Amino acid sequence: MQAFFSDFASKFYAAFLFKDRWLQYIEGVGTTLLVTAASLAMGIALGALVAMIRVGHAQQRPGHHNPLLGLINAVCKVYVTVIRGTPMMVQLLIMSMVIFKSSRNFTMVGALTLGINSGAYVSEIIRGGLMAVDPGQMEAGRSLGLNYITTMMEIVVPQAIKSVLPALGNEFIILLKDTSLITVIGGKELLYAAQGIMNRTYEAMFPLLGTAAIYLVLVMLFSALLGKFERRLRQSDRG
Amino acid sequence: MIEVKHLKKQFGGLTVLRDVNLTVNKGDVVVLVGPSGCGKSTFLRCLNRLEEPTSGEVLFMGQPVNDKDIDKVRAKMGMVFQHFNLFPHLTVKKNITLAPVKLGLMKQEEADARALELLGRIGLADKADTYPNMLSGGQKQRIAIVRALAMNPEALLFDEPTSALDPEMVGEVLELMKELAQSGMTMVCVTHEMGFAREVANRIIFIDEGEVKVDKPPKEFFENPENERLRSFLSKVL
Ligand SMILES: Nc1ncnc2c1ncn2[C@@H]1O[C@H](COP(=O)(O)OP(=O)(O)OP(=O)(O)O)[C@@H](O)[C@H]1O
Ligand SMILES: [Mg+2]
Repeated sequence: MQAFFSDFASKFYAAFLFKDRWLQYIEGVGTTLLVTAASLAMGIALGALVAMIRVGHAQQRPGHHNPLLGLINAVCKVYVTVIRGTPMMVQLLIMSMVIFKSSRNFTMVGALTLGINSGAYVSEIIRGGLMAVDPGQMEAGRSLGLNYITTMMEIVVPQAIKSVLPALGNEFIILLKDTSLITVIGGKELLYAAQGIMNRTYEAMFPLLGTAAIYLVLVMLFSALLGKFERRLRQSDRG
Repeated sequence: MIEVKHLKKQFGGLTVLRDVNLTVNKGDVVVLVGPSGCGKSTFLRCLNRLEEPTSGEVLFMGQPVNDKDIDKVRAKMGMVFQHFNLFPHLTVKKNITLAPVKLGLMKQEEADARALELLGRIGLADKADTYPNMLSGGQKQRIAIVRALAMNPEALLFDEPTSALDPEMVGEVLELMKELAQSGMTMVCVTHEMGFAREVANRIIFIDEGEVKVDKPPKEFFENPENERLRSFLSKVL
């Protein structure tokens, strides 16, 4: 019994305390959050662009289709279909081993891939939000003499943003967890740090459980923050 | 002021307007009536090109209404909707000033002053900084009318402006429309309010089977309906 506990303690020591190893987890968390933020920002920018193009295309009058917009729209559709139709892991491997095979900055390549991946999902979220705004809003704006773009920017988009924020919060949580995948291409985030320690101590339980616990705490923390934010949003709707 | 020539509108295979011809003169208050689904809204929306006519022509102040100058036409031809369509994310004042400011017709301060003046005229100056969801239906619709007025339009289109209102709020909206009519505004209104039509309109138009079937001053329209279908329509609504 005592042997068990001392073994336990020494493994814990090796996993977290020896040579200040906990610092490596902290560093890993930092990268994880950074990669999450970068890929979310990219996902939102890309997603918003793709959503605007697709909605703009869909809202053209029948018989007045702009061929250039049609072409760009087709490209966007292919992008969304391909990204959503293939596993993220495969996308990561293709990006790191085919497209950026000479790059050594694996974390960056990983963040880029996540951003491109997220963009496809975010574009569908935003597209849904834009389409859900009452068409009467667009008509009211246009009937006042505002052009399509101005009406979109001043009237439709602000209302859509409010309705898509909860879904974007969710996307943030998903991304936070998915950043762990970039470990396979050598991205230096939290799980990568844990694996480095496993390789030195030949002990997997503590680093992995520790990593899981850190993700769980982060997810619960951000979920709580998002929940609070959503409640505030709903309140301002009522008042 | 508005001239409609051989207007035809189809949705897919459905022909809603077959051949509509109409001239609206400056200061006219025209009320459109007709059975549900006869194309009154479609006709109104063809005037400011929210619907694109299948064929035929609409002229506004002598200019053809086409895609080229459509925003300029709409800036001078306001529209009031059944469901108000106020912008819920903007204050009442911002609802009113957005278009004049964005279109460069007024500076923000001028537009604010004008908005307050118009709101004062309808007794809602104290609502300038509230959001639309805090207002009653009647207040919303009167503000929607003010929003259209802030553009200093030459003509106003109304599509059943009181149909979505509780009965006790219909009066205040009709009252405002009546004041506008008396001030000389050119108006084209789709409405089921026959009292309003009788009292305020100078022409009532009956649309049926995709055409203007009757176009008469209210007195003749109600008292001497020659058209068989109009008689049956009137017997239902009066
Ligand atoms: N965008 C559209 N696509 C297809 N059909 C349409 C469209 N808009 C209207 N219609 C059809 O055209 C016909 C006329 O519609 P419209 O709304 O103009 O009638 P209305 O006279 O205003 O009726 P109501 O009194 O019910 O408002 C209806 O049969 C309607 O179903
Ligand atoms: Mg209608």
